[in-house]
Amino acid sequence: MSDASDDPLLGLRHVIRDDGSADPDTDPFLPEETLLAMYRELLKIRRIDVRMLGKQRQGKVGFFGTITGQEATPIGTAFATRQSDWVFPALRESAIMICRGFPLSTWLAQAYGNSADVLKGRQMPSHMSGRAVNQVAWSSCIGPQIPQAVGAAFAARQRGDDTVMVGFMGDGATSQPDFHSAMTFAKRWNAPVVLICQNNHWSISVPTEKQTASKTIAVKARAYGMPGIRVDGNDVLAVYAAVDEAVRRAREGGGPTFIESVTYRIGPHSSSDDPTRYRSAEEVESWAAKDPIERFERYLRKAELIDDAKRAAILDELEAEIAAAIDAVEDLGPPPRESLFEDVYEALPPNLAEQRDALRALPEAPKGH
Amino acid sequence: MAQLNMVQAINGALTHEMGRDDRVVVLGEDVGKVGGVFRVTEGLYDKFGEDRVIDTPLAEGGIIGTAIGMALYGLRPVPEIQFSDFIFPAFDQIVSEAAKMRWRSGGEYSCPMVIRTPVGGGIRGGLYHSQSPESLFIHTSGLKVVCPSNPYDAKGLLLAAIRDDDPVLFMEPKRVYRAVKMDVPEEDYEVPIGEAKVVREGDGVTIVSWGAMVYEALTAAEQVGQDGVDCEVIDLRTLWPLDVDTIVRSVKKTGRLVVVHEAPKTCGFGAEVVQRVMEQAFLHLEAPPVRVTGWDTPFPYTLENEYLPLAHRIAPALMSTATF
Ligand SMILES: Cc1ncc(C[n+]2csc(CCOP(=O)(O)OP(=O)(O)O)c2C)c(N)n1
Repeated sequence: MSDASDDPLLGLRHVIRDDGSADPDTDPFLPEETLLAMYRELLKIRRIDVRMLGKQRQGKVGFFGTITGQEATPIGTAFATRQSDWVFPALRESAIMICRGFPLSTWLAQAYGNSADVLKGRQMPSHMSGRAVNQVAWSSCIGPQIPQAVGAAFAARQRGDDTVMVGFMGDGATSQPDFHSAMTFAKRWNAPVVLICQNNHWSISVPTEKQTASKTIAVKARAYGMPGIRVDGNDVLAVYAAVDEAVRRAREGGGPTFIESVTYRIGPHSSSDDPTRYRSAEEVESWAAKDPIERFERYLRKAELIDDAKRAAILDELEAEIAAAIDAVEDLGPPPRESLFEDVYEALPPNLAEQRDALRALPEAPKGH
Repeated sequence: MAQLNMVQAINGALTHEMGRDDRVVVLGEDVGKVGGVFRVTEGLYDKFGEDRVIDTPLAEGGIIGTAIGMALYGLRPVPEIQFSDFIFPAFDQIVSEAAKMRWRSGGEYSCPMVIRTPVGGGIRGGLYHSQSPESLFIHTSGLKVVCPSNPYDAKGLLLAAIRDDDPVLFMEPKRVYRAVKMDVPEEDYEVPIGEAKVVREGDGVTIVSWGAMVYEALTAAEQVGQDGVDCEVIDLRTLWPLDVDTIVRSVKKTGRLVVVHEAPKTCGFGAEVVQRVMEQAFLHLEAPPVRVTGWDTPFPYTLENEYLPLAHRIAPALMSTATF
């Protein structure tokens, strides 16, 4: 694979060709069950986006950050890592938890911020995390998780564990000092970490070419002395192969890898954004034509792993699964208001005990805004 | 006179000042083509071009650091931090650099700039889109800190801030952005930095507040008014330099003080307000001053109304202060 596709300036690694065949030089040759499981997860995430955006429009949830068009990166990563590997996500990787067996209803409860939410209704929707699946809690702040992933990787090695850390970011995040610190430290320590940038071409209204004058994002890795890989982020097998290679290298002591996954944000930045104000319908359509799920489906059809009937059956199952998960949590009440004071510290300090008692003595706050 | 909301009033002030003074530039994330995520800078990019309305890379330290450089060279930058919760990557540039430039250079260099940033809760933004970080900046000598509660003051204070020769943190209560409309003159006017305003007169209890909580204070004042407690409400408008005289004058009349702010209680700016009153009006006090504030926790998503010091929390504090 040491041809132009390894050049972080020019190359873009692909597996699936336009006609649905796989490039035998890059094909990871995954077993059938894995391929079908990946397909199912991709469809599931897409469908969750549609349902939750609908819920946001109905006012059932306050916000939602969709990943439509970008599903291949989280799903490819989920399949290329072990459950014991940690994920430091940004906004568009929470779906990895679902692939790792985190209960869908509990995951959805985060978007409702209600009493079934393990985060106790504290974070905005689309900020899912869960220790049960080694998905670290993230802030809405762009960038801080990147050096944190590097530090955790150092710690895992120092403890003698073979755990690999995966840190995610968007293209916008690569302008933050935290990104550059993370890159410096990662290679300096040869830490077992994989840093993955989903270059979805937009940082809200700012296109990547206005974000940085670098020709690519992957090329930045060169200056820090580590491999920088560019992968077709709409090709789930290519993402799988790139992450698999990087995770293996990290686990074997070969140090960090930076991966730029080139994809596109088909939907708005979030449910509060109107992308028609800054980008053309033609641009969106040209990327919709490269849809990662359709692409993978062509491959699966060519390999005769799915057909219309199988696809319809999977979709029906998913629809029922998602509907049941939503029904299980949608109407639950908010977390108890005293829960506000929990977890600020391990033990409740006097000022918070006093304030909790003061809150208890108050009538309930008005609803609405 | 046009009825404008706060977004329109700030936009009008920026348009006016950029037209009048070509040293004024706007920079920040998404401020250009799309006009800001709250649309406060809408239209400026088309009017003044990309050399004066700059969509920056995503790096707050870079935004403020470059704005400082621009100010040193003689421009009047108005950088925007998309949410005040994201001001912390720029904390070093603001606190160690902009705030101290004049002093460390023996007065030879200064950073006249206005850092605009939306603050406060009320939009279901959770802990990273709702905070009120004023105390951290007031605690830093060298910065002025402003927080208008309405469109008229927003325009007048912004014009005063851009013309001020010191760095100003201009906090915009995002809950008020589109919630209030009022007459805003088209012509040039300034609301002087450092002047609070009595927005309701009374002689029972003095309430000091700012930003979005001024409306909650007024609502609570109306409620307790029905029980015979006549409140005076002071909208600080400028947090630093603090208009101590207006507060002390009021407390000397009422003998009672309640401070209301969204930020957590401990080391919140309310503590400073109360202490100033203790120093200058101690013998006039008839009840211990009270703070009604956010709790000493991060800002929650679902339970945001339980966190905020809304009228239902202010009114009982007013009653107990009045009857102490
Ligand atoms: C430190 C910080 N600054 C600004 C923001 C506001 N903001 C939220 S998302 C975003 C753009 C992020 O772009 P990118 O990193 O490319 O990720 P994407 O959302 O496209 O996946 C911005 C500016 C933030 N959340 N944190």
